[in-house]
Amino acid sequence: MTVSVENVHRRFGAAAALDGVSLEVAPGEFVALLGPSGSGKTTLLRVLAGLEGTDAGRVGIGGRDMTGVPARERGVGVVFQHYALFRHMTVFDNVAFGLGVRPRAERPTRAETARRVRELLELVRIPELERRYPDQLSGGQRQRVALARALAIQPRLLLLDEPFGALDALVRKEVRRWVRRLHDELGIATILVTHDQEEAMEMADRVAVMERGRIVQCDAPSALLDAPATAFVAGFVGEAARIPCAVRHGVAHFDPLPLPPMRVALPDGPAQAFVRPHETLAGPGEGAVLRLVRAGTAGEARAVVEAGEATLDALLHPQGAWAVRGGACRVQLRAAQVFGAAGAQARALPLVERAGVRA
Amino acid sequence: MSARFRPAHADAPAFNAVLIGAALAVAFMLLVLPLAAVFVEALRRGLPVALDAIVEEDSLAAIRLTLVVAAITVPLNLVGGVAAAWAVAKCDFPGKRLLVTLIELPFSVSPVIAGLVFVLIFGAQGWLGGWLQARDIQVIFALPGLVLATVFVTFPFVARTVMPLMQEQGREEEEAAATLGATGFQTFWRVTLPNVKWALLSGVLLCNARAMGEFGAVSVVSGHIRGETNTMPLHVEILYNEYQFAGAFAVAALLALLGLVTLAAKSILERLSGRPSGGAA
Repeated sequence: MTVSVENVHRRFGAAAALDGVSLEVAPGEFVALLGPSGSGKTTLLRVLAGLEGTDAGRVGIGGRDMTGVPARERGVGVVFQHYALFRHMTVFDNVAFGLGVRPRAERPTRAETARRVRELLELVRIPELERRYPDQLSGGQRQRVALARALAIQPRLLLLDEPFGALDALVRKEVRRWVRRLHDELGIATILVTHDQEEAMEMADRVAVMERGRIVQCDAPSALLDAPATAFVAGFVGEAARIPCAVRHGVAHFDPLPLPPMRVALPDGPAQAFVRPHETLAGPGEGAVLRLVRAGTAGEARAVVEAGEATLDALLHPQGAWAVRGGACRVQLRAAQVFGAAGAQARALPLVERAGVRA
Repeated sequence: MSARFRPAHADAPAFNAVLIGAALAVAFMLLVLPLAAVFVEALRRGLPVALDAIVEEDSLAAIRLTLVVAAITVPLNLVGGVAAAWAVAKCDFPGKRLLVTLIELPFSVSPVIAGLVFVLIFGAQGWLGGWLQARDIQVIFALPGLVLATVFVTFPFVARTVMPLMQEQGREEEEAAATLGATGFQTFWRVTLPNVKWALLSGVLLCNARAMGEFGAVSVVSGHIRGETNTMPLHVEILYNEYQFAGAFAVAALLALLGLVTLAAKSILERLSGRPSGGAA
């Protein structure tokens, strides 16, 4: 394993930033730490980088126990959220920094350093900027410099702390793919911290979802969507809407929301159902109101419906002239993931399979 | 109402004119006029007379002493000020706020009191007086006392100009340097210090100007021994009290000139670095 974190605890005053975190990352793997702000993902990254200490637990990188080893001896490349480029140095000097601070015996010659820096700037596709200063660069260019600087020390592990937050939406999408390709070419392990689930799902081999200082689930993106371990994961990944319900005798009731009851194998009690847009159908009828109708991709039409207190993304079924904005409709659920008390969960299905509603 | 467009945040032109005029008038009356008076008075009987007063033996001794005190004080405060600013901006430790308050103490305490404190500690009747006398070490009424008093009074200048800039720059660059393998010393020398160099120079110049001009604290610990423990400001006072106006104003003009040169150097530096004063940009 390139990274093995075992039961790491870290407290700030009374608050536990990391509360027993364990994580393994294989060589060449791309793992995303996903969670809301305050969930401990940045703290975990800083613990791996050696910028933050641990109260308990063990951190191993590249087979070596790194617990208590200072940042400068870890050989971990870090791209900081705001890049943290050295503002008084040119791009060239920024990238060369990691080589220049080595002990004299290990320091490459001036010519060798220059060659390596130019190679890296070529790799991140900004060879023409080597004489510029950080404040003369755009956000995307700064990020490339930060990446080249982190790669200059030939790290076994690359840590990215929300590196795309400062980029505008169009650039971000392209840069994400480019960084993932770069990761595949270099073959080093990468850990990305993000609060953007789309980013995590698109880039990572595995996504570790964090909640209040714990990793609640670490799985491939598809597994997170298909089998969320907890209600938190179900709510945080994908586009699922959370609907409160009550289970009585194996049936989930959504009163007072105008949604049909569903059968579900859970004990009686209050529960929460998560429904995805493609499992929510809006058809002609009564009970709910169409708030928005728009053409989606692949020939489907999507709608936003207001069913009582709940606002849901839905598929129009059938499509047609009946669907007008502000008009009445009837909502049916093809399936839902229901979480009961004490972490129990089950798949909920319609009571009656109706013609035309079959999945 | 005037028909001409005026930005919403702007005051009436007449009001602006009054404000600006008042500011200029005050600056002229309180800053420019006295400074000009010093030079006019110094040159009243011609340049040769003024120069004679300066090359007189006691005056030369005072000039030399002032330069020596500044030459010792400024490097001490450079190191101490940078260390204090670095500690406050880049580290967390208990008592940090107390340290920040302490750094400003010399600004809030009268220099005379500072001088008296040093007499109380190092003077013949003071706490360490007996111990020092037994070893034949003279602090009060000698160069060490003058340096101590000046260091105390001018300590905040470097620390207070560098600290806000360091705080604003945060610790991210230092952390980045650490992950790239830099030692603490390399990080300080290659990242922290270059980032504040212009503010540091401006702080050093201010510290120097004040070190040369300090009167109150130095006056208490000096003992006013002519040719030995008289700095320029003290010498000016003595000459003035003895009705040697030509000499007093000549030395005063030289002292003022040193201050002006320092200020000019500071603003040139600021122009070069493209930062406004205070270094908090």
